[in-house]
Amino acid sequence: MYNQGHPAEVRLLTRRFGLADSRSLNTYLAQEGYQGLQKALQLTPEQIIEEVKASGLRGRGGAGFPAGLKWSFVPRSSPKPKYIVVNADESEPGTCKDRVLIENDPHQLIEGAMIAARAVEAHTGYIYVRGEYRYLIEILDRAIAEAYAGGYLGESVMGTGFRFDLYTHTGAGAYECGEESALLESLEGKRGIPRIRPPFPAVVGAFQCPTVLNNVETFCAVPSILLKGAEHFASLGTRKNGGTRLFCLSGHLNRPGVYELPMGFNLRRMIEEVGGGIPGGRKLKAVIPGGSSCPVLKAEETDLPMDFDSLQAAGSMLGSGGVVVMDETTCMVRMALRIMRFYAHESCGWCIPCREGTLWLRNLLDRFHAGEGAARDIPLISELAQNMLGKTFCPLGDAAALPTISIVKKFREEFEAHLAGRGCPYGGG
Amino acid sequence: MTFSPELEARFAELARHYPAGRQRAALVPMLLYAQDETGWISDPVMAEIAARLGLTPLQVEEVVSYYSMLRRRPGGRRHIQVCTNVSCLLRGGERLYGHVCRRLQLEPRQTSPDGEFSVEEVECIGACCWAPAIQVNYDFHHHMTPEKFDALLETWRGGR
Repeated sequence: MYNQGHPAEVRLLTRRFGLADSRSLNTYLAQEGYQGLQKALQLTPEQIIEEVKASGLRGRGGAGFPAGLKWSFVPRSSPKPKYIVVNADESEPGTCKDRVLIENDPHQLIEGAMIAARAVEAHTGYIYVRGEYRYLIEILDRAIAEAYAGGYLGESVMGTGFRFDLYTHTGAGAYECGEESALLESLEGKRGIPRIRPPFPAVVGAFQCPTVLNNVETFCAVPSILLKGAEHFASLGTRKNGGTRLFCLSGHLNRPGVYELPMGFNLRRMIEEVGGGIPGGRKLKAVIPGGSSCPVLKAEETDLPMDFDSLQAAGSMLGSGGVVVMDETTCMVRMALRIMRFYAHESCGWCIPCREGTLWLRNLLDRFHAGEGAARDIPLISELAQNMLGKTFCPLGDAAALPTISIVKKFREEFEAHLAGRGCPYGGG
Repeated sequence: MTFSPELEARFAELARHYPAGRQRAALVPMLLYAQDETGWISDPVMAEIAARLGLTPLQVEEVVSYYSMLRRRPGGRRHIQVCTNVSCLLRGGERLYGHVCRRLQLEPRQTSPDGEFSVEEVECIGACCWAPAIQVNYDFHHHMTPEKFDALLETWRGGR
């Protein structure tokens, strides 16, 4: 970890962080390593899937889909080979948790992927790592080599005759490849454009074969679930939201950092206690609760439990766990512009509403922020964004539209303040 | 076009990772690893990789043009990538980016005449909690400030 821990943390996935040689197989084995796998090897695939279902583990990449249910969609009787794909293409702005999970404890991820393999009878897996995280590929390759040498990967996993091979695979710079179907295209050596669904990857995934694809953090939770039991994991969180979550606290905070907290931890406490509050005694203005694609929350909306269902009820999303905190000096028009610039840059261009919508909105917001907007542009921004919603093959269009709509709705007065003819009232800031 | 024995070994290893008949899957890793060695994706690099995977150069170019890390022209020996996305922006990422460009007297994506430096404004690099951050080639530098960048520049210039 690059930051100090906090007493409110519940360290499950991060419990080995900070130990001497925390990346090594020996340390891992001495600290409950591969014991979840050992248990899984004695269970039937159905039993493993039931255990993961009962734990309340939901996808940590952002969508929050129940992991066990996802695994149960894989047609195990299919004669085709099955694949495990680990999504380590972490690129949602505000998110840097998968990086620390791999950097500090790569074997935990390997073990999680292997348990998933056992559950769906897959014999090959790929860890798709974003190109910028080259050092993590080196860390993973070393850990994978150790696991092969120790008999935890390969022809006969722990002497059981179960075969599993695991490889790293680098991306080369593309946010879109974090979306599961685009990731699979990229894995096959193509441009990362989304696939039409259904069929979903569980049925037609990597190399047109049934595939379990989950985020790094999701797989990392699996060994603990098998080892300590579904009930233990479920009891850490809230209803239907099992376990802990690695929250990435960034922006205007005294103690930004990655913290492992129980699901359902209060957002205001997270900001004030764990993140140490806002520097200089300034006031909170807004929070992006789960990566830049989530609708923003105003300061007065932050007294709520951070789990998938509570965030949805509040009109936003728990997303990827990237909590971005903005104080009173922040220009929300500028934030809307920066977010849209990102999505315009990352839109793959496959779906016209996203390709055109993000460009038009970026240009419009750019002009508006510079003080060259007109009153009629405010509803136009909302309308353009609304017209992208639900009209694209992948969620990137929605990801661009949702924060924009929320910022216009909740901070309309800041847009109006940009119309006074003096440019940005925050001095461009 | 010849590559180093290390790169050839890496390619050979990659080739055994994917199912039979699916060798194209190695394309993106091969391109990035080749670029690490040759500095950029030149026409000969593209043609060589295309031939090895049974693809046309056009099929390879189609892929190269999609990925932001793959370069069709040389970058500097030290490619400085400054993140200005939301978390970095809130902690001075844009000011830092301006400072880096001014100090190196470079325009975005331009390479210095001596081939030493190039600068690029990049999207989120996954260092949000330790912002603002830059990457120099693959190395992360967290909690950056203009002063810290100047100090880094001094050590590079001293080490030359």
